[in-house]
Amino acid sequence: MSETNGKGSATPLLDELEKGDWPSFVTQIKEMAADGNEQCQQLLELLERSYREKIGHWKHGGIVGVHGYGGGVIGRYNDLPEEFPAIAHFHTLRVNMPTGWFYTSEVLRKICDIWDEHGSGLTNMHGSTGDIILLGTTTDELEPTFQALSEADFDLGGSGSDVRTPSACVGPARCEWACYDTLDLCNDLTQTFQDELHRPAFPYKFKFKCSGCPNDCVASIARSDMSIIGTWRDDIRIDQDEVRAYAEGGMNIERDICGNCPTKCMAWDGNELEIDNSNCVKCMHCINAMPKALRPGVDTGATILLGAKAPIVQGAQLSSVLIPFIKLEPPYQEIKDLAERIWDFWGEHGKNRERVGELMQRVGLGNFLEAIEVEPLPEMIAAPRDNPYVFYEEYYEEEDEEAEEEEPAAVP
Amino acid sequence: MAVTTEQIADAMYEMVKEVQGKKKLKAMDLTHAMIDRYGAEGCDKKMCKAAIRDLIDNDRCVYTYFGGSYIELPHEEGAASGG
Ligand code: SF4
Ligand code: SF4
Repeated sequence: MSETNGKGSATPLLDELEKGDWPSFVTQIKEMAADGNEQCQQLLELLERSYREKIGHWKHGGIVGVHGYGGGVIGRYNDLPEEFPAIAHFHTLRVNMPTGWFYTSEVLRKICDIWDEHGSGLTNMHGSTGDIILLGTTTDELEPTFQALSEADFDLGGSGSDVRTPSACVGPARCEWACYDTLDLCNDLTQTFQDELHRPAFPYKFKFKCSGCPNDCVASIARSDMSIIGTWRDDIRIDQDEVRAYAEGGMNIERDICGNCPTKCMAWDGNELEIDNSNCVKCMHCINAMPKALRPGVDTGATILLGAKAPIVQGAQLSSVLIPFIKLEPPYQEIKDLAERIWDFWGEHGKNRERVGELMQRVGLGNFLEAIEVEPLPEMIAAPRDNPYVFYEEYYEEEDEEAEEEEPAAVP
Repeated sequence: MAVTTEQIADAMYEMVKEVQGKKKLKAMDLTHAMIDRYGAEGCDKKMCKAAIRDLIDNDRCVYTYFGGSYIELPHEEGAASGG
């Protein structure tokens, strides 16, 4: 707690987290504690104690939830309920955010009012999945909170072994680089897969993230099992007058634009910029650097990648290309069918707590592609193989096998 | 063997009841077991999904979370009591 009792701060370790330029969650919890919020007061005490003892005092999981749903509530209990009764239960609710995180201030106030009434009042906007996170309530308050949220047109998001709340960048609502309607796709996936979102039926979690261009503002390539990243397959649009204007304005195009192109597919002769589009890997560097002069092409769609995850058992993994280019227009049936085929195979062969990316590695990309009915393509290869021993089945006849068996092993 | 969603739900319920307190079952464990028992012609994934929904909506079973999501019989929450 923030009061000092004349003996210095009661939370010296937490106080360290208030130093520096950044907003501090400790300061915010202290403000609420000072307003008489008992849960916040005990939360600070418990947290300080955990820092002092180097022991976490939270137990996680259990059977809490709202009726009919298997996701959206994360049960938390402290293991010292007699000492910290106000936070003996301190469950978290994940609330499905509006796609692209667009709110009116009225709606934000409404959510805060609901949470002041039914929970601790503490929120986290937003969690790593993108959901609105409401921190700290008791089991008895779960259904009333859910009821109030439903009346305000909100629903819970995903948690556990289900489809996690899909998220999208602001896309065409605010961004000129959007190569498809991220908001529409995200909302469509959310509505289509309501059952998979609320009723956990998978070996583990599955995340969709939609980014409108390769800038990947929602970090889908690092944080989603299925990354849907906008791209184009025609030529980058160039306004040569604007390129010259950048040069006249002092930009060193040769060094800073052409020189930093990862495939060196650009050339600048002092008057015209040329791009060998067949070698462009859509890194967005040149477009980001000269937004008035360069734009993505007009034949736009997305690349679908699969398998990212944060480090758990085997370390972090980025997602890798599954479909190099797909047009994304409603009703997005192709992508939905693909997701369902992946889930079928994963449900059949996935181990408990195995992410799709791990399954893909375990069974091998070839087998995985065959099972989900996707043709192998060169774009799926991240790097050329460095193992020179290649086994070509079609050249390896049965007689060779027999001959090999008969021959004595060569002595080096 | 053709079965109804209700029969699948009952069979799933028995399975969950039998292992309660000893082993935790996931939705896919129940689905695989039903397809093994009744054969893919008589019982498909859609029916299993409907049967699980039926069990949950009628409070015969609940979802739980212990590092992953499971289906169990409703019971007193151990963690809630500080145990
Ligand atoms: S990912 Fe691309 S389209 Fe989406 S907000 Fe970022 S820059 Fe814009
Ligand atoms: S987008 Fe990247 S790869 Fe393509 S031309 Fe520009 S800098 Fe080069």
